[in-house]
Order: sequence, then structure tokens, then C-alpha cells
Amino acid sequence: MSGNAPGKKKPTASRKKAAVAEAPRPSAPKQREKSTGLHIGEAAPGVAKVDPIIVADGVRRTFGGLTAVDVEHVEIPRGAITALIGPNGAGKTTLFNLLTGFDKPDAGSWVFDGSSLSGVPAFKVSRMGQVRTFQLTKALGLLTVVENMKLGAKGQKGEKFWHSLVPALWRAQDDEIEERAMRLLTKFKLDAKADDFAASLSGGQRKLLEMARALMSEPQLVMLDEPMAGVNPALTQSLLDHILDLKDEGMTVLFVEHDMHMVRHIADWVIVMAEGRVVAEGDPVTVMKNPAVVDAYLGAHQDVDLGVVTGRYGDGKAGAGVTAAQIEAEGRAELEDEEK
Amino acid sequence: MDWLNILSNSASSIISPATMAYALAALGLAVHFGYAGLLNMGVAGFMALGAYGYAISILTFGFPWWLAMLVGLVASAGFAFVLGIPTLRLRGDYLAIVTIAAAEVVRLLFLTTAFDPVTGSADGLSGYHGSFRDANPLPDGNYGFGPWVYSSDQWWVRIVGVIALALAVVLVWRLMASPWGRVLKGIREDEDAVRALGKNVFSYKMQALVLGGVIAGAGGIVYALPSAVNSGVYVTSLTFFVYTALLLGGAATVFGPLIGSLIFWVLQTLLSNLLPAMVQAGILPFMSQIQAGTLRFILVGVALMLLVVFRPQGIFGNKKELTFVR
Repeated sequence: MSGNAPGKKKPTASRKKAAVAEAPRPSAPKQREKSTGLHIGEAAPGVAKVDPIIVADGVRRTFGGLTAVDVEHVEIPRGAITALIGPNGAGKTTLFNLLTGFDKPDAGSWVFDGSSLSGVPAFKVSRMGQVRTFQLTKALGLLTVVENMKLGAKGQKGEKFWHSLVPALWRAQDDEIEERAMRLLTKFKLDAKADDFAASLSGGQRKLLEMARALMSEPQLVMLDEPMAGVNPALTQSLLDHILDLKDEGMTVLFVEHDMHMVRHIADWVIVMAEGRVVAEGDPVTVMKNPAVVDAYLGAHQDVDLGVVTGRYGDGKAGAGVTAAQIEAEGRAELEDEEK
Repeated sequence: MDWLNILSNSASSIISPATMAYALAALGLAVHFGYAGLLNMGVAGFMALGAYGYAISILTFGFPWWLAMLVGLVASAGFAFVLGIPTLRLRGDYLAIVTIAAAEVVRLLFLTTAFDPVTGSADGLSGYHGSFRDANPLPDGNYGFGPWVYSSDQWWVRIVGVIALALAVVLVWRLMASPWGRVLKGIREDEDAVRALGKNVFSYKMQALVLGGVIAGAGGIVYALPSAVNSGVYVTSLTFFVYTALLLGGAATVFGPLIGSLIFWVLQTLLSNLLPAMVQAGILPFMSQIQAGTLRFILVGVALMLLVVFRPQGIFGNKKELTFVR
């Protein structure tokens, strides 16, 4: 891509200024209060929320004979962090795709921020302020990191065919966008990589880039599909802080995640899906004690070391007061129950 | 061997209309394939529509040359638009199949005797130069030096070709350096990601298809300017030649298609002169002169393969890109 020389400017003065102004954040995570009182009435599947940002009704999606998603009613609370959990194949990502217009449901309707989203194409959903990331990270490899970021900004004049031919029309806006991009990159500690191809980033850095890029569009609702998958523990900590920051800035977050520690730590509300349906809802602590959730997803020994569960090592090592023999006995009893 | 003649012919091809036509077509393809990631295998169809649009407008409708050129460009744009509506929803490899078929449909429509009075079917069209040559501002006579001595009419074709090429280069260069080009490159990398960021991917792909189609159509017109139009030219192998020129220079570059076409044609001319001469001189005793003439096409094929395997980013491509072969 040597022919596009004029597009690749040297880092401007404003870019450096942005980098200096935002010093690296202290690494000690601050304690934050969880949002409570989000729902009306008893926390059950489909419970009404005080201030929902998304209300979905009767959303169904089938692939041939398989019903991937069959949600009667669900509401996502505004200004809170909601986790969507459930076993593999529960329809979490399919629901994500439906809500963001990447897939079309067989039936159902849903409303985002007061306007119906049924049949609205994905790019318009995003323009309305509901932006998503992907389970398999989609960094645009042969664009530089900063180009990736600038692509996220909404309402760019220079993105129209005829306008793009007259740089005077969009240059100022483009510089502004670049400044904002650099501020965000600094926050996500990617500023040193700004002029590298996104393909040169590590998996975790790509996750960060994708999230930062989504934020460039200044969304109201950020939908993250497994933001922690394949990210090392140290980076997880900073990603968690970034997600909590989003809430502080007034955004709503909906995320799919399998890491239960993370869900417990940051989610204000948890929606549990299994076989396409919402089987439980509630605050993280309550939901994780719900027998339906334990059965469908968590498993009876979620807090026990894997070595104990599989019987590779015995007493005392995991410190959870359960032994391999005990588990085996329980398992056998369960099997016998089923046979009856 | 007449080395002087061989080298002179090769040098002459540097500014031949064919070179410019290829450069334009390759530039259009750079927009499609290099920047937008659209695997268009129907370049020959776009060129045919440009050429036939130009020739038919003059011969059948008596349009002046400039209006005829405009008709040729509009025909290419229209083809791109009609082709794009059903096909741009397809993934890369399917798009390639559909475009290759569409280009063949176009060629066969021009070849069929059903429209003989207009298209000339297998004979093609010729004798449409009057209006274009009348507009020639150069006085009659021969100009130039060394291998580049041409008549005023030949120069006029080359001047128009260079102007068209320059306009197209500046247009593509400005576009790709703008946020519009950024979106297009993003679509090439992953269109779902770009869609998730609120860009109307279909519309951008359509704009790219039409833009590249018009530039390729301009290539067809320049190809038709000096001599005649014949459907036998716009075959699928033309598409492959244009791809060779493009990949030689670098697919996602602005000057790559130019240099690629230049190298392609200089080498073609050199080989087409050199190989038969070598047979004549007894250096290649195992083949006839005619066989030697076709040997160059085999060499082109081998070159294309080597290029894609060992230097997929082309001469002008960014070295860094090679590190991240997709």
C-alpha cells in the first residue's frame, strides 16, 4: 500500500499532545458500587426493568429443525452492566446477531431506546448507538491501528464518495477524529502501536483494539461477545476496568462471557440462557445459586478444583472439602436416578 | 537477429495504446480487487462494453467522439450496477464465478449474428475514427525520435490515452487517501467488522464496483481508439493478462498497475519479436516460428504463477504486508 502516501501522515503535534496529557492510569483497581434496584417485582425470566434500553418480545430463530433462540420476553437495563451467560449452543451469540441486525429472526420484535429494530440492517443499528464486538476478534489486519480506530467514528464527511475528493471538506474533522482515536489508544495502552498494522498485534491487543474501535462511535449500548476469551489474567484486569469505565461514562454494557469470576465481579445483572430460552435472571450472586442455573450451566462443583473433579488428585489439595470419591459417588447416584 | 528492430519495437510499446489500455483496466481492477477485495474476474466484459459502447455510438447513432466515449463509460457503469445488485451479497469466490460468466455473456452477445447490423458479430467494428481524428489538434506529419516516431493520428490516440490515465490515477489516488478509501480497505479486510461500525457495506462495494468498472471501460475505449473492435479480443484470457499486470505492480497500489502494465507489454513485445527471431537464427531448433509466437503466452502463465507464490504484494506492494499473508 505504498500508493496512498498522502493518507499516512506523520504523527501530528496534536497526536503527541494527546499522548502526554493522558498519563498511564494507576494500576490499582478502584472499588465500585454495583447498580441495584434495576428490576420491578421478583427477579424471574422476563422480569420488567425500571429503565430498559432494549425490550425484546417473542424473538425466535430456527436453523432448520433447530430452535437456536426462542426468547419470550427480555429487557436489558439501561446504564448497567448485564452479563449473558449460558452453556455452549444456548443461543447467546445468535441472540446477539439478532439484536444487532446481523441475522434476521423468524418471528418477534425488539425495541432499542424507544425505536423498533425489527428488520433494520446492521449498519443502521450501529448508527443508532448500539455497537457490538465479535467472538472471533475482527481486527482489520492490513489497516494500521489508528486507521482501525478512525474507521469507528460516525458521521464522517470524507466517507462520502464526492466529498472524499475534496480534502478541505473533511481534513479538519479527520484530525479531530485522529486526536480522539489517540486519546482512546492511550487509555487502552495501544498508542505505541498506532502506526503498526493491526495484524501485528497479539490476540489480547486485538481484543482491546476492537473494543476501543467500537467506542469510537460513541455508542449508548456496547455489546461485547466474549471479551475475555483468550486474554491473559493481567490483561483481563485492565479489560475489566475498561468495561467498568464504560458504565461510569453512562454507557450500557451487555456482554457474553464464560468466565464466572468476571461475571460475578462486574455484572450488575445476569441473564442465563439455555437451549435458546432465558431460564433465569437476577443479580450475579442470587443467579449463581439458582438450581436451574447450576444444572444447566455451572455444574454442581464449579468452585472445586478441576483436578478433584476429574479425580486426578485427592483429598485436601483443592481445599474445597470435596473429594474425588465423593464426586464419583454423587455422579453414580445421579446416573442411577436418571436410569430410574 | 535484428536486435535493433527487436529493441526498438519493445521500446515503442512503452507508450502504445495497448499499454495504456491495460494500465487503465488494471487500475480499475486495483479498485475492485486490491482495495475493495472484490474478486472481479470479468474485467474483459467491462472493457468490451467501453469499446463497443464507443464504436456503436459512432457507427450506429452518429455521435461525436467525446459523446461516444461517455456512452462507453456509462455502459460500463451500468453493467457494474446491474451486475452488483445480485452479486455483491456473495462471498469472494462466488463473485469471481459470477463475474467471469457475466463477462462471457457480454462477449457472446457481441459475437452473435442476431445483432450483426449493430455489432458486426464475428467481424467486429471498424471505421469509426473519422470524428476522433477530425478533432486532432496536431498538424499532419510524423513526430518523435528514436523508436517513438508516430504519425499525428497515432500521437493523438496516445495523448488522449495518457490524459485518461492521468485522470484515473489522480482520482484513485485521492480516493484511496481519503476516509472513503479507508472504509473500502476495511471492507476488504472484514466486511462484518465494518458493518458493525455503522458503514453501509453494500453501498461502498457498489460504488467501488462502478468506479473500477468505469475505469476499466475507459481502458476498453483506449484499446479501441487506434484500430478496430472485435469480440475475439475480450476473452477471459484478457482478464488474466490484466490480473498479471496488476499483480506484477501490486494490487493495492495506485502506480503498481501502471508499472505492471508497462513491464507486461514491453516483455510481451520483446518476447514476440525475440522468440521467432531466435527460431530463425536456429537457436530454438525444436519449434517453428508460430510455436515460438505462442510460447510467450506460456511464459506469461508461468510468470503469473511465480508472482503469486513468491511476491504476492507485487513490485510496489508494501514489504510489511508480506509478513502477514492472509
